[in-house]
This record gives sequence, C-alpha cells and structure tokens, in this order.
Amino acid sequence: MSDVKDVNDQGIELTDAQAKARKLRSVAIGVCLAAFVVLIYVGTWAKLGPALFIRQM
Amino acid sequence: MAYLDSTAKTDLRVSEATPKDYFDLLKPKVMRLVVFTALAGMLAAPGPLDPIVGFIAILAIAVGAGASGALNMWYDADIDAVMSRTAKRPIPAGRVTADESLVFGLILSILSVLTLGVMTNWVAGGLLAFTIFFYAVIYTMWLKRSTPQNIVIGGAAGAFPPMLGWAVTSGSITLEGCVLFAIIFMWTPPHFWALALWKMRDYDDAHVPMMPNAAGEKSTRNQMLAYAVLLAPIGVLPYWMGFAGVAYGVVAAVAGAVFAWLTYSVWKVAGADPKLKAEKRLFGFSILYLFLLFGVLLFEAVIVRLGVFA
Repeated sequence: MSDVKDVNDQGIELTDAQAKARKLRSVAIGVCLAAFVVLIYVGTWAKLGPALFIRQM
Repeated sequence: MAYLDSTAKTDLRVSEATPKDYFDLLKPKVMRLVVFTALAGMLAAPGPLDPIVGFIAILAIAVGAGASGALNMWYDADIDAVMSRTAKRPIPAGRVTADESLVFGLILSILSVLTLGVMTNWVAGGLLAFTIFFYAVIYTMWLKRSTPQNIVIGGAAGAFPPMLGWAVTSGSITLEGCVLFAIIFMWTPPHFWALALWKMRDYDDAHVPMMPNAAGEKSTRNQMLAYAVLLAPIGVLPYWMGFAGVAYGVVAAVAGAVFAWLTYSVWKVAGADPKLKAEKRLFGFSILYLFLLFGVLLFEAVIVRLGVFA
C-alpha cells in the first residue's frame, strides 16, 4: 500500500518538452472554451435580440 | 515498486503534441477552401443575414470540415505513413496518436453541427452533419480504398460547402445551391487526377486505387477531358440562372475555356513528356479556376449586399 502511495506522490517526471507542450495545450483548450462561450453568448443576442426578454406569462 | 517505476517510464506515453499539431489535424489548407466557397454561397443566397450569425456559421462550417479532416487522418494513418506527401502529418510522425485524433474529430463534429443548427437552421446543421459523415465514412472508410472512382464520389464532400453556405442564408436546399455543388463536383476529378498522374507511385505504394494506377493513364486522361468539357458550361450556369452577375459570367466563360484547353493539352501530350509539365500546369490552374469563380461570385454578392450600385 505504501509502495502505491509512493508512486503516486512521485508521479511521472515530465521532460521539459513534455511540460511545455502540456502547458501550451492547456492554454489552447482554455482559450478555445472561452471563445466558444463568448460566441454562443454573442450569437444568442444577435439571433434573438430583444425577443430574449419576451416571455409568455 | 521497481515494476511500477519501469512501467511509468516505458509504457505510459506522455504527449509532446502542441496545439499546432492538433490544428494540423484539421487540414487547414482544405479548411481555407471550404471557408471561401461556403462564404461565397452564404452571401450569394437571397435573404437577410446577420453578420455575427454569419461569422459563427462560417466558423462552425470550418470546424466541421476540420473535424472530418481529423477523422480522415485517424482512419488513414497507415497509408499516410507510406506516402511522401502525407508522411509528416501528426499521426504518422508520432506526435499525436490515432485515438487522440478520433476523439478530437468526434467532439468537434458534434459541437460544430449543434452550433450551426442552433445558430442558423437545421437544414444547414443537418447538411453539415451529412457532409462530415460523407467525407469520414463514405469516402475515407469505404470508397478511397475500394474503387478508382473514389475521388469522383468522394469529391462530393468537398462540393457541399457552398451549398451549405446557401442553406445557412436561405434555410433550404435549392437548385442554385446544387449548381454551386455541381461546379466543385465536376472540377474535382481533373484537378485531383492531374496531381495523381505525377504522384502515381505514391498511391501505388499505399495500395490506394487512384484512377491512373487502376484504369491506366489513357483512360484517366479521357475522363479528365470529359469532366473539363462538361465543367465549362456548368461554371457559367450561375450567370444564366441570374444569381451571379456579368463579371462572373465573363470570368467563368474564359476560365472554363482555359481549363478545358489545359486539360486538352494533358490529353494530347498523353504522358510523352517525362516532366509532366502539362499535368502540373493544369493542377496549378485548377486551383486558380476555383478561386476566380468563387472569388468573383463573392465579390458580386458583397457589392449587392452593400448596395454599392443602389
């Protein structure tokens, strides 16, 4: 059990190239997700406009 | 412990793929053509178009086309590794795994179709889904390796974007959209076979039955000429049908005649030139031909929408 814990603590040592690539991928995913949210938000406004607030009671 | 350590160091693969590798999976060069032709179809179609919605639609179409490219690279990784033109792609080069490409392609396919459907209309959304299916399944998985007609039928996938753009604005599939589809459909075989004639050995090595390898160079040249001759009048149809202007009509007529003439040269030389100059010239002009036709269509559509001559 303690052996397994040790391995988890140690993890996998990334090379510089691997660490840099992972960071770049993470940033790219973050930017794409943020852009997607903004696109859907702006697109919803553009498509529905004031109709967004017209609700049937 | 020692076993776990060695496992971690040898079996667990830690990716060194950068965002550019994933971007390359989207086949950016193909994507450019898709964006260009879809934009022309979208703006040439009748009906109001919100610029923001139009921008999102083009983005969704581009991402959908890219997703089908990633799915194509997932399935074709084995033959990509054999051909010089494709050996440096992210999967054969070992920077991205085939599974990563599959997941990437599937997620982008779903997101692009949903975005286009919700933001514009479901005719366009459905057509995008069908286009991705057609390219990834019908062309890549089925036709490419089984018939020399692969490019003819598979080329339809590349012909859908202007029709898609038309559907975004009009909300329907019309005859005009089908004519734009027909232009790229008829253009694909002479364009691609011109390339295949000087890359024959590559396709032979990869056991892909391209027309020059499967049916012979003579038959390929005959078919190329037939397509080019049929393409010339089809290229002018948008003018005759009234959804393109005089400038388009003139450019399409002249460019169609040049295209047919260059294809005739390929047919006449019939491989006598070992440097294959005629084939290379035709391939180069074929790209210019499509750029000219859709460029003028786009230009005219922008002028009409901006009301320059109103």
